[in-house]
Amino acid sequence: MTVFIIRRLLQALLVVFMMSVIVFFGVNIVGDPVYMLVSPDADQADIEAAISRLGLDRPIWEQYGLFLKGAAQGDLGNSFIFGEPALKLILHHMPATMELAFSALFLAIVIGIPLGLYAGLYPDSRLSKGIMAASIFGFSLPTFWVGLMLIMLFAVELQWVPATGRGDLGSFLGIQSSIFTLDGLSHIFLPALNLALLKISLAIRLTRAGVREAMGLDYVKYARAKGLSTRRIIFVHVMKNIMIPVVTVMGLEFGSLIGFSVVTETIFAWPGMGKLLIDAILQLDRPVVVAYLMIIVLFFVLINLIVDILYSILDPRVRLQDQGA
Amino acid sequence: MRKLTTATAVAFGILAMGAGAASAEKLTIGLASEPTSLDPHFHNLGPNNAMSVHIFDRLIAQDEKQRLSPGLAVSWQPIDDLTWEFKLREGVKFHDGSDFNADDVVCTMARAPVVPNSPSGYGTYLKGKEVIKIDDYTVHFKTAAPYPLMGNDISTIPVISEQGCNSTTEDFNAGTAAIGTGPFKFQSYKPGESIVLTRNDDYWGENAIWSEVEFRPITSGPSRVASLLAGDVDMISGVPTTDITTLKGNDAIQLSQGVSNRVIYLHMDQFRENSPFVKANGGGDIKNPLMDVRVRKAISMAISRDAIVDRVMEGVAIPAGQLLPEGFFGVSDKLDVVAYDPDGAKALLAEAGYPDGFELTIHGPNDRYINDAKIAEAVAQMLTRIGIKTAVETMPRSVYFGRASKGSPDGLPEFSFILVGWGAGSGEASSPLKSLIHTYDKDAGFGSSNRGRHSDPDTDALIEMALSTVDDAKRQDLLAQATEQAIENVAIIPTHFQVNTWAAKKGLSYIARTDEYTLATGVVKE
Repeated sequence: MTVFIIRRLLQALLVVFMMSVIVFFGVNIVGDPVYMLVSPDADQADIEAAISRLGLDRPIWEQYGLFLKGAAQGDLGNSFIFGEPALKLILHHMPATMELAFSALFLAIVIGIPLGLYAGLYPDSRLSKGIMAASIFGFSLPTFWVGLMLIMLFAVELQWVPATGRGDLGSFLGIQSSIFTLDGLSHIFLPALNLALLKISLAIRLTRAGVREAMGLDYVKYARAKGLSTRRIIFVHVMKNIMIPVVTVMGLEFGSLIGFSVVTETIFAWPGMGKLLIDAILQLDRPVVVAYLMIIVLFFVLINLIVDILYSILDPRVRLQDQGA
Repeated sequence: MRKLTTATAVAFGILAMGAGAASAEKLTIGLASEPTSLDPHFHNLGPNNAMSVHIFDRLIAQDEKQRLSPGLAVSWQPIDDLTWEFKLREGVKFHDGSDFNADDVVCTMARAPVVPNSPSGYGTYLKGKEVIKIDDYTVHFKTAAPYPLMGNDISTIPVISEQGCNSTTEDFNAGTAAIGTGPFKFQSYKPGESIVLTRNDDYWGENAIWSEVEFRPITSGPSRVASLLAGDVDMISGVPTTDITTLKGNDAIQLSQGVSNRVIYLHMDQFRENSPFVKANGGGDIKNPLMDVRVRKAISMAISRDAIVDRVMEGVAIPAGQLLPEGFFGVSDKLDVVAYDPDGAKALLAEAGYPDGFELTIHGPNDRYINDAKIAEAVAQMLTRIGIKTAVETMPRSVYFGRASKGSPDGLPEFSFILVGWGAGSGEASSPLKSLIHTYDKDAGFGSSNRGRHSDPDTDALIEMALSTVDDAKRQDLLAQATEQAIENVAIIPTHFQVNTWAAKKGLSYIARTDEYTLATGVVKE
């Protein structure tokens, strides 16, 4: 187990390094940040001063060298726009994204799995067909459109919840989050639902497929024959088995919840790192874009690792040492 | 009749009182673009400058039409060719209770150009100016040559206290150093989320009507409108043109509009015999026709500004015939919008030797100005109609401006025919003349945005003369003359002036500003 984890971490390091090459060169080829920064009133001398201050007059490989040197010391460069360390900016915006992603994951699980279970147990009922049809919409409708529709319905027409922004923060066990206040919850509801919609559909479909498959298997028949209650069969034996793919996929999807919260954060003016990223891309704040992508890569690698470990706990037949190579 | 009016007035009065009591004088504004810092000297950018106006006063204020008015200075005038004397306002206190005097001015002017890591500083406005304290309430600004724009330049610099001069940008963002003399005090700042200010009850000027103001950045246009409709915010800036018609029909919403100092114009390559994006019919090489003033004039005549304003801008713009809208200092009263005349344009093209036109590509940004890509498409269609077969290529501003300024292999402007905009930050005509029209001259700092490299010695002379003429009336004439010459030579082709739109809930309206700033002090109850 320990060897496995160490090996995976080393692999992660390699992936992050490769990513830094691709991202750094990719981002530095596109566009010219200087004209995004300087005031139009600036004259030629001001513009040149800005170029040399940002180090953009150096050859690109030299810029990369400086970046690597800084990165080795935990410094991913200063934001062109905010003048602050890019890493600090991203970490500052991370809690907002995390609470959004966790809330969305929570919704996906508490809504998706029960509905999927129902649809799997009673595949022919009208409700099940309705659930499955709705899940297709969840998959195929674009997030930004659904987000705007949610705002129009719940915020503008019904006026139940606010349209945009993050609410008051509350503190619980030392963690500051908007999910600990009523105002915060009313603010997070729409963006979390918007972000969760696709994952809810995914959970429904995975659970349903798993349940339908498991219900016909021998162990279920045996359990029935043994006289176990339906409740016990479903919630203890079937659930335990179908949870393996669900946990795997949901775990991996958690990475994408964080990584792709960009659209949701923009629509709901949620002050998370996705919003930071999209602003950085639009204004060509290269250090922030690079740092963000590096962090996301690190996230994905770590989440994969955690999923693998969880997998081995849920299914003792899987031995981690064996799959390391 | 009079009775009815009185009754209505009373009814409105009661309504207004009700609204006032309910909202408890708190104002929430949804901003289209967010300031990058609360350090007033960190980033010379519209949203930053607008935010800093609330907390920090300038020596000279700019009103909603960018006219100069006394701020922390009660008077400013040249006492000889090289010296401007500023008399400071007495009895002004900073938010922390300390007194404002000449020492604060001196240290402000020293700090503004040298803030560490500043993406774009204020050195541009303070170059070549020496600040000398004469007594506690008198300051002299000395220059090496006569300098008429002292007032305009100084009106861009927010004044901070001596204590603030030794503070870092982080101190300002944390609020500990965000201490000015302005109408509002710092309350809290959460980047990406909100900026909250409270009223300064000891303000030297008129107290604001809002006891607390919260600014929320909501960059997505549809979400901003939805937030207003949902009642999350009381007012928004940057209403998308596509939403203006629907909002007009909404009884709960009040729109406020005003022309800006931003002209949208076309720049043409006037310095290369072989311009990369001008081709003969069929794609062969051709001597750059844009160097011929008749061709440029024909292009100007082929563009229907009314059609652009009515169709593309949905009526929310003003056709342009020069560099700034009327009312600004240095604007010519002799220039009209060039009339739409496709037949005349064709005749002029034929006279210049291009009866069958040529091929051209127009380049423009697609995320910088209101409807920018659509305007480029409209222009291309109009030119194609007179025989100049025009292709359109638009790109994000992050790519566009670098290429448009120095994208060619030898570091020159890459494109042949471009759509751009210019906002006159100083609020008078020397700003566009100096940067867009004057011959490109790196050493003197002229023509920094002259991407067509138009060059006319007579116009240059007029601009330079204006820039060293301290007498306002004479300078006004020189600037107007320079503008007339530039338009006569078709240095650039102005299409329209941008009009900005703010939307507020019923009962509030905004005093629209030409500098596009969104200020809480401009939000009034009706």
